[in-house]
Amino acid sequence: MERHFDEELEALKKNILKMASMVDDAVHKSVESLVDMDIEMAEKLIEDDQIIDLLEVQIDRQCLELLAKRQPLAVDLRFITSLQKINNDLERIGDLAINVAHASIYLSKHPPLKPLVDIPKMEEETRKMLRQAVSAIVEKNPAAAREICLKDSEIDSLYVQVFREILTYMMEDNNNIKRGIRLILVAKHIERMADHVTNIAEDVVYMLEGKTIKHHIDV
Amino acid sequence: MVENTLSIKAVDFNFYYGSHHALKNINLDVMKNKVMAMIGPSGCGKSTFLRSINRMNDLIEGTQAKGALLFGGMDVNEKSVDVTRLRREVGMVFQKPNPFPKSIFENVAYGLRVNRLFNGRDDLNVKVEQSLREAGLWDEVKDNLNKNAYDLSGGQQQRLCIARALVIRPEVILMDEPTASLDPISTAKIEELIQELKKNYTIIIVTHNMQQAARVADNTAFFMLGELVEYGETSKIFTKPDKKITEDYITGRFG
Repeated sequence: MERHFDEELEALKKNILKMASMVDDAVHKSVESLVDMDIEMAEKLIEDDQIIDLLEVQIDRQCLELLAKRQPLAVDLRFITSLQKINNDLERIGDLAINVAHASIYLSKHPPLKPLVDIPKMEEETRKMLRQAVSAIVEKNPAAAREICLKDSEIDSLYVQVFREILTYMMEDNNNIKRGIRLILVAKHIERMADHVTNIAEDVVYMLEGKTIKHHIDV
Repeated sequence: MVENTLSIKAVDFNFYYGSHHALKNINLDVMKNKVMAMIGPSGCGKSTFLRSINRMNDLIEGTQAKGALLFGGMDVNEKSVDVTRLRREVGMVFQKPNPFPKSIFENVAYGLRVNRLFNGRDDLNVKVEQSLREAGLWDEVKDNLNKNAYDLSGGQQQRLCIARALVIRPEVILMDEPTASLDPISTAKIEELIQELKKNYTIIIVTHNMQQAARVADNTAFFMLGELVEYGETSKIFTKPDKKITEDYITGRFG
């Protein structure tokens, strides 16, 4: 039986996909502005964050209304509550992109410390994870979501690598410390983004299978 | 209160209305001091199962039960079972409140009188008051016990019927859509009451309201076309049922 409720759930999903795509774009542009030393792009990104914030509030309200109005159960209940959490994680990723944009404004005003290789790589991998999480929602593919959780450790390793490398620059010359710390923070922000993507993937598994896999609990 | 002891057990239980096979090989355990909800589309057999427990189906001609339905270690369909006594131990509350055309007091006292379960006028008064309190009705009626039961609101009448069932101290209370004809506030009162009553009684409730089952029941059984499709903890059934068909039903995709 086709339910009117399904249309409402579909509308909610569309908004989450829109949110994910905006956040994905923000993450990409934040690192792009860092690599290209493009202050204008970073400033625009910071300004546009309010669009993401507004959408977050709208999705949150949409979820609450559906819970109140439909009193959903089982698959419907898991769908709405999971999307509500995913919405929150997406917004946090958006905020982290803004942190990167702020760092990029500072760093663009100073000579580059080093060519950026691993940070763009971290960004690229994190966005791949995010896009895979979104596909897992669309294709209802819990296996794809589980894979994402495994990839998080690769990002963690990249972060450690970036940290060590920049540390050597800072030990060589005191003048590198201010820029070095900012670059390390950028790497940390991206590493945190990947953690949020992992949360999203865990929620997708719960949404699709009703199984909790976070904190390595599998029930 | 005894935890995790069995109250009712169905073993390959089948029920027929003439040639119509209404319940098919039902295997199900109902635990003491728990609320068990039965859900399913109309005609799925949930009410038939409910009414088999205290043999209310005996009133319909051409019915036949096969397999076992155990209560207190005895099959309720055994020839030796005293049906009157069975119905004293397994009380029932119906969809529509059905008080007797008598006073509030006499409605509750009736079961004590016909079963001679009281010892003098004072004992009768105490027992009637106790049941009305248990049913959450005492404060509303204590000054009007001689008023006709028909003067009460629908929700009050239903609580009166619950008090009437409680007064003879049954072990099990069967409720067949007890809030179907009540407004939301009266419904909420009955649901609160069910939570209180399970401390002393085992409750089996048939409901068409999924949220009601989710709110009141410890365990939920989903029936479909005379079969028990899924039975388990309510929290599990309503968040992650094992069977697709259960999920489709509780999310309103059919039925």
